[in-house]
Formats: sequence, structure tokens, C-alpha cells
Amino acid sequence: MNIGKIMAFTPRERTFQLKARRDAGTDNPRWRAPDFFTCKKCERRATRQVWASTLYVCPNCGYHHPVGGYYRLSMVLDHGTFRELDGELEGKNVLAFPGYDEKMAKQRAKTGLSDAVVTAYGKIGGVPAVVAVLDSRFFMGSMGTAVGEKVTRAVEYATNKRLPLVIFSASGGARMQEGIFSLMQMAKTSAAIQRFQARGGLYISYLTHPTTGGVTASFASLGDITLAEPDALIGFAGPRVIEQTIGEKLPKGFQRAEYLLDHGFVDQVVPRSEMKETLTQLLWLHTQGRKRGA
Amino acid sequence: MIKDILKEVEDLDHRIDNLQNPASEDDAASQLLGEGDTQPEAGESLEELQARRDALLEQCRELTPADRVFLARHQGRPRIDEYIRELFTDFFEQRGDRQCSDDQSILGGIARYKGIPVTVIGHRKGSTLEENMRFRFGMPEPEGYRKALRLMQQAEKFGRPIITFIDTPGAYPGKEAEERGQGEAIARNLAEMSGLTVPIISVVTGEGSSGGALGLGVANRILMLENAVYSVLSPEGFASILWKDSTRSGEACEIMKLTAQDLFDDGVVEEVIPEPLGGAQRDHKALFAAVDAALERHLTQLCKMNGKALADQRYKKYRQIGL
Repeated sequence: MNIGKIMAFTPRERTFQLKARRDAGTDNPRWRAPDFFTCKKCERRATRQVWASTLYVCPNCGYHHPVGGYYRLSMVLDHGTFRELDGELEGKNVLAFPGYDEKMAKQRAKTGLSDAVVTAYGKIGGVPAVVAVLDSRFFMGSMGTAVGEKVTRAVEYATNKRLPLVIFSASGGARMQEGIFSLMQMAKTSAAIQRFQARGGLYISYLTHPTTGGVTASFASLGDITLAEPDALIGFAGPRVIEQTIGEKLPKGFQRAEYLLDHGFVDQVVPRSEMKETLTQLLWLHTQGRKRGA
Repeated sequence: MIKDILKEVEDLDHRIDNLQNPASEDDAASQLLGEGDTQPEAGESLEELQARRDALLEQCRELTPADRVFLARHQGRPRIDEYIRELFTDFFEQRGDRQCSDDQSILGGIARYKGIPVTVIGHRKGSTLEENMRFRFGMPEPEGYRKALRLMQQAEKFGRPIITFIDTPGAYPGKEAEERGQGEAIARNLAEMSGLTVPIISVVTGEGSSGGALGLGVANRILMLENAVYSVLSPEGFASILWKDSTRSGEACEIMKLTAQDLFDDGVVEEVIPEPLGGAQRDHKALFAAVDAALERHLTQLCKMNGKALADQRYKKYRQIGL
């Protein structure tokens, strides 16, 4: 954390930075015991402060760990430009599913999120944009009515303001606990993207680990430009379901970002360290054309 | 359980048949095979049997969601080919996605409905086991969705209304399907369908599960047969994801609100088309008449709207689902 980030100049930026540090696990006061984090792939062990310095990418094996929504936003947005959209919007227990309310409350307390997506207005490399980040800690980033509504509102906001749109997907698919309403969010978000694109909007879809199910089969696959994080699992059906259906083992690397790159569904695999530069480059390539910012 | 009731009803049907046409070939065949149970028993009268059957069918008026799931998957339910034959004329099948192949689990083409040319598309399950296997029980691969999209874009070009029939356990979860972009194919359909300027009507005729069903179902009007179901996932899948126990599917049916009436109450579907007592498989003719009436009514209404109004109405319909 550099000094500029600690000395946030507006209350909004300060709250945002605190949320980002909470996501990264680096908000512990100094006097507490150091909080260790172990790489899920190679088991390298270090404090969270050290992990945060590499953006939770393992320097040993290159594994990109899933990160929280605010933390991701703090990586890509210019300092002081974050403004959250619909931060208060929460999901509802539309099916009266037993135990769902309690579980949601628990997840909210644990993650500090209202639902599995954070949407925001901000600038990336000086270019104003609308950014949505799905957070896999909240019900596996699954899309229920709140996620569908927040994403749709963000897309509509971008449409009305003629802003480019960046969505970081990470999701287990449709939220089962909200049944058919979750399924219909696929149509709703896709329709919003269609309108946005028909009016000349630029949509960059950034696929992170894991992006599956109903999110893959809706807005995540509709980017004008599709990027993916290295080794991210991206697919419609889960690997276990496929193995059960076809009765054979799947090859190594199946449904990973590089595999999708080979099969023509991703423009580029971009490591987290180059994420902001790549987005900045792409946004700049689209701002100096006929229409600025859209 | 509906399964047992239907079995008894079938048995009674058979006996009534035998009484009405005592010299039928069926009868002779069953006599040869020695199937005693379908033979009229002494003292059995036609009226008595019919009364018993009607009493049994009366029980079918109150069905549980699990019963409806059973009926939605019934092998005797009319299939897409039959709908096309009975409701449309001049059907011309269009095949292939113009990219690499033709997925037979989606059937589509141009036909006439009440004299108007329309594009008809639907999941094809097949009615025999062989067909079932060939069409993967109506589970499409990406090529199927891309073929459907091609047909729909053509409908847009020529200003034809689109009618889709939904009956699928979901998109096919196979290795090749993933390789060729199952998710992308469905997503593309959702986006493109939402922007079309021709009327789209979807009829859920059997089971509509997951994105595989929705991939043909972004419509101005969704009509659902009384015993059809529409859900985010099959009840078995739902139970195994949420409770790690697929045998609790009955419980899942109760919670999921997947029946036509539930979805109508929630504003997801516009009309519930009544089925003959005991399910669509009992009387195809009556069912087609009901579907025909509903289709005609909705299509006439939609044909009065202009292109932009249709796209806007469709957008609003999905926009308001949820919060």
C-alpha cells in the first residue's frame, strides 16, 4: 500500500479503500498477529500484506486467486474516481426458500457486500467507464434477482451516459435459491447488453475464475472484447456434469482460459499485473474515434 | 401418485375398448398372448367401467408439482413434429447453422399458420427410444442454437412472426458442446432475440429447464401447457446442488414454483393452456385445439403492434422480472 492510498482525500475514497483492504485482508491493525495466506495451488505461504503486493497472484506458480469486488475495483480504477452504483440493493427470498434469508445475512456480514456484484462508475486511465465486478465469495458469485438487477442498471446507466462498460465475471451460474427468477435474469441482462451495443457502446467482458453456467450463457459471453485471467475456469456445464454425461475423463486444461483462447472464444488471456494497462489501452483505442467514450 | 392413477386408467381404457369393439385385432392378439387382465370380467358393464375411469380421472384435477413434472416428461406427450403437422401447413424444414453442422435436436423451418408465413422452431425429443438417443432427448448443442438464430434472423428479414416450442431437459453438457461455445451460443440467442422486431411467441410444451430452454424462449408472450414445467434446473439437479441429495427432488418440486399456474401468478408466463384431464398424452386432438386457439389469439394481438413496440414490450417484460 503506498502512501497515497492511505491518505485518501475524500470520505468516499477512504471508505472505498477500507473496503478494498478488507477484501484483501490487509486491514488488520499492526498489533494483531500476522494473517497468513497459503497459495491454493503450490502452497506457498506468506502474510496477506505480501500477497497484496502481488495482487494475489502467486509469484511461485502464477496462480491467480479469486479476489473480492472492491479490491478488484481498487486495482483498476483511478484513485479518487470510484462512485458506487446501487450499493444498497439487496436480494430477496422470492421463493421463500427455507434458510435462505439467514444464509444471505451471514454472507453479507462476512463479505460486507449487499449481493454478489459491485457496480461502480469510475475512471480507468483517465477514461470514464462503468465497471461491474462479480464477487465469488458471495454465494459463489451466482446470479439472482439482485445481481441481475444491478448489472442491468449498470448497463442502462452506461447506455444513457454513453460510457464504456467493463464487467468482471466470476460466477457459479444462476442462483438456485431464486429459481426461475434467476433464470430470467439471463434474458434481462443479455437484453440490456444488446441495447447498449446496438447504440454503439463498447463492452469489455473480463472472465475470471470461475465463470460458469447462467453467467457464461448470458452477459459474460457477449463482450465486444473478451479477456480472461490465466487458468480461469470458463464454461457452461461444470466439468463434473460433463464427465458424468459422457462417461470419460476430461483432458487437462479443459475449459481453462487458454483452452478457450485456442478455440476462439477469448481475444486475449491477460494476467492480473497487466489488467489495468490492457483496459486503459482498449478504452483509449475507443475514445479517439468518431464518438468519444462510447 | 399420478403414475399409479394413470396406469389404472390405461388398464380401464383398454377394457372399455375391448367392450366397445369386442372383435378388434388387439383383442385377438391379447387373447393369444393370454393377457387375462385386459379381458372383460364377468358382470362388467361399459357404464360401470367408464364411471370408474372418470372417478379416477377426477383425482387428476388436483395435481402436485411432482405429478406435473412426471406428466411434463411423459413419453406420450405430443412432440414438435406433431405440433407442426397439426397446427401448421406448408412446413419447409431448414437445416444447418451454415458454420459447421446441423443439430437435429432443434427442428425449425418456415410454415404457414392461418395463412400467414411464420418461422417455427422447437426442441425435438423424438418419440421412440432410437429417436430419443439420436436427438439426445432434446438437448441441443451450440449448432442447434446457432441454427435457431439463423432462422430467426431470417424471419426478421422477411417480417415473419416466430413461434417456438420449448421442451428440453437443458442444453447438452458434452465435451464438444463446450469446445464450440455452448454458453456463447445461448447468450447470443438471448441478446439477439430480445432485439428482434417481429412477434415472438414461445410455447412451453413439456419440461423447460435452464438456459437450454431459455435459449429459444425470449418472447413477447410465453404460453405454457397446464402440466408443463419451466425452471432454472431440473428438480433432481436442484436438489443435488442445494442439498447434495438428488433423491429429494419431490421436495424441490414443491419449492421451485415450476408449474404453469405458479409462473402465471408470478407474471412470467402470459397464459396457461388447459390440458385434457389426466394429461396431454390422453387426448392430442383436444390439446391441439386449445393450443391453436391460444396461439391465434396472441398472434393476432401481436401482429397489430409495430416492430419497435414489439421489441420494447419484450424488453420491458424481462426487465421487470426480479426486483
